[in-house]
Amino acid sequence: MSETEQGYYVPDSSPYPALLAGGMFVLALGFALQINDEPVGRWFMIAAAALIGYVLFGWFGSVIAENQAGRFLRWEDRSFRWGMAWFIASEVMFFAAFFGTLFYLRNISVPELGETQLIWPGYRGTWPTSGPAGQPFTPMAAWGIPALNTLILLSSAVSVTWAHWGLLKQRRAQLIGGLALTIALGCLFLGFQAYEYHHAYTEMGLNLGAGVYGATFFMLTGFHGLHVTIGAIGLAAVLGRAIKGHFTPDNHFGFEGVAWYWHFVDVVWLMLFVFVYWM
Amino acid sequence: MTTADLALHGSPHAPPRGLMRWLTTTNHKDIGTMYLVFSLVMFFVGGAMILLVRAELFQPGMQMMQPELFNQLIGVHALVMIFMALMPAATGFANWMIPLMIGAPDMALPRLNNWSFWLLPPAAALLLMPFALALFGVGSGAIATGWTFYAPLSVQDGMGLDFAILAIHLLGISSVMGSINIVVTVFNLRAPGMTFMKLPLFVWGWLITAFMLIAVIPVLAGAVTMLLTDRHFGTHFFNAAGGGDPILFQHLFWFFGHPEVYIVLFPVWGLTPHILSAFARKPVYGYRAQVYAFWVIGILSVIVWGHHIMTSGMSTGALLYFMYSTMSISLPLSVLFFCWIATIWRGAMTFEAPMLFALGMIVLFGIGGLTGLVLADAAADAQYHHSYFVVAHFHYTLFAGGIMGIMAGVYFWLPKMTGHMIDEILAKWHFWLTAIAFNLTFLPQFFVGLAGMPRRVPDYALQFAEFNMLSSIGAFVLGAAQLLFLIVVVKCIRGGPPAPAKVWEGAEGLEWTVPSPPPHHTFQTRPVIGE
Ligand code: HEM
Ligand SMILES: [Cu+2]
Repeated sequence: MSETEQGYYVPDSSPYPALLAGGMFVLALGFALQINDEPVGRWFMIAAAALIGYVLFGWFGSVIAENQAGRFLRWEDRSFRWGMAWFIASEVMFFAAFFGTLFYLRNISVPELGETQLIWPGYRGTWPTSGPAGQPFTPMAAWGIPALNTLILLSSAVSVTWAHWGLLKQRRAQLIGGLALTIALGCLFLGFQAYEYHHAYTEMGLNLGAGVYGATFFMLTGFHGLHVTIGAIGLAAVLGRAIKGHFTPDNHFGFEGVAWYWHFVDVVWLMLFVFVYWM
Repeated sequence: MTTADLALHGSPHAPPRGLMRWLTTTNHKDIGTMYLVFSLVMFFVGGAMILLVRAELFQPGMQMMQPELFNQLIGVHALVMIFMALMPAATGFANWMIPLMIGAPDMALPRLNNWSFWLLPPAAALLLMPFALALFGVGSGAIATGWTFYAPLSVQDGMGLDFAILAIHLLGISSVMGSINIVVTVFNLRAPGMTFMKLPLFVWGWLITAFMLIAVIPVLAGAVTMLLTDRHFGTHFFNAAGGGDPILFQHLFWFFGHPEVYIVLFPVWGLTPHILSAFARKPVYGYRAQVYAFWVIGILSVIVWGHHIMTSGMSTGALLYFMYSTMSISLPLSVLFFCWIATIWRGAMTFEAPMLFALGMIVLFGIGGLTGLVLADAAADAQYHHSYFVVAHFHYTLFAGGIMGIMAGVYFWLPKMTGHMIDEILAKWHFWLTAIAFNLTFLPQFFVGLAGMPRRVPDYALQFAEFNMLSSIGAFVLGAAQLLFLIVVVKCIRGGPPAPAKVWEGAEGLEWTVPSPPPHHTFQTRPVIGE
């Protein structure tokens, strides 16, 4: 059917959205209790995680099934695309909040603290810092693992594009190989990141509490790492679907949505590399 | 494709009944209804809280509660009213009316739509739960910092603050998902011929609202996340000992907070011209000008936040910048006012309840805007800041501009939704009582504010006693008047004279071509919009 198709697919009633909201409620409640030293919170969180996992399988599963049954046409496909694009826009603003924080701290609050000789005479407001009352630490150097990780993520952007070409030209091996390579690179990245964190905590004195340098470093790279993880899980799902033969050159939003996300994560990393590690 | 598939494409299975219908629905009208009902309930919850506060403030001295509880009630009142009464009401209208107005069969992403709604009750539960937990000896009650979460107070506050942070996260996800849905619906599901410059102004208002939400809610999410890590995970974002800065929190909060005030008002500014044109029996004046004004205000909204923190300490250059940029917003806003007045100018006006509320909104919101201009003056703000003058100002904008505008919308569209006309007489009573009691409540607050009474205090100096007593009396009348609103709404849902498709004689637009109430699924086949 074509664009002039009259009907827009409005799905039947579904239990998943409300279940997901319920799961998130229990998760939030458990977390709030847990951080306030009420150990029951842990069990809430575990139960919620199981529920949320179930919902994600069920919800995405039913959307995929509908797509395979041919319910979604060009019109619906466009909704998914716009939806994903605006979702990524909101993610951009989420990271913008943390980058804005970094710039504010580096350029405004730390220099101003340095000028104020009242409370801690001798504190020089230079970056990196753990603040007037912080412990000494070693800042993270850019040209070791971080540079390698930059290379890894950039290559993964290439490999996912290569997989996309394979999809468009219906070269199955290229699609599957490209995706598998991308996931492998993503995992390698995460592995290095984990090593770097471990090193920072155990040997460099660099942790969340290491003043504003530690705080911005771990929040920015941590949320980025979380997004890489989510992207890698998405890629794995897409790989599974590719193996099942779900994608055709003119119907593969699932692939593209994840690929866009992956590129977004990549761009965030470049910003991180420049502003957190390098400069 | 098989025939079975085709049938499914057009007519979904009969929906489940009872509670399951509402839990699982993907229908924009069902979801819109849930938003509106939720909003109404929370409006009364938030109202009850603030009546306790006004009772405490009836006289100087401490009467009925500890300052801790007083602070909690104020903050939770604000969060409830903004995030759980005003915003869901506007979203409920969006769900109901946008598909009808642009000729769409539903919202573009119906399941996402259901999720957006069902995140709200959990958020409300999280926000309010600490009150109950405190009764059982867990924690010290709800968030006690006011709705602005300022550090360092918020870093030291009890566990209620964590609950509020998590509630904000759920609310934020709900808003962002709802906004994405609206943007996608408007971009993708307009009927053939419904070009952007033919979109009803309500849809335009919501489109810009959705853009603003997508831009600023994630920043709030980031800010409260940093607050959470400062509280529990040892970071120093807002703590000078580690090189951080409490004022950073204020910047982040108001980068969200100022656009937020437009977020709750744009839907109202969008629906007002519909009502004015219907009851003046004249086309909307200056359609294009209003659309452009929306854009200008939307863009300016994200660059003026500093006017909320002019007394926190900033350079003279920054002060001047925030002062002039804030004042410049009144230019596009005056364009809107001008268009509203020109729309009713020499019209054949009648004054049914929706029109009364719309006109009342314009006058009272006008006062809110003018006092905002006063506050934006960096030199004067040093005196007015954190005084009751600010409280009066933002209630003229949020209650008169927001809630009264929403009520105009309710009376305007309820007959379309239920198929019954409203009880005009009761509704008119509701309007006049609301308008008078509102002014009785908030006008005195300008004066006590100018005379130096600070906001967020449970006790005050003797010389403010009379004005505060007036204000408290007004508040209780205002609260009682809202019971009338409840009665009108419930009566209209349960019965009343049948409403025709075109409920109001002068109303124009696609939504008035479908029966009242519209069938569960409208526009299964796309209408074509002509000239
Ligand atoms: C031309 C229009 C407006 C101008 C120039 C303006 C200006 C201001 C200024 C300068 C303040 C800070 C006062 C202070 O704390 O010292 C303020 C506070 C406030 N305004 Fe407005 N405003 C305008 C419209 C609005 C609208 C439309 C709304 C809401 C719908 C609104 C809601 C608020 C709120 C909630 C606060 C208090 C926030 C708090 O500190 O808790 N304002 N306004
Ligand atoms: Cu503002």
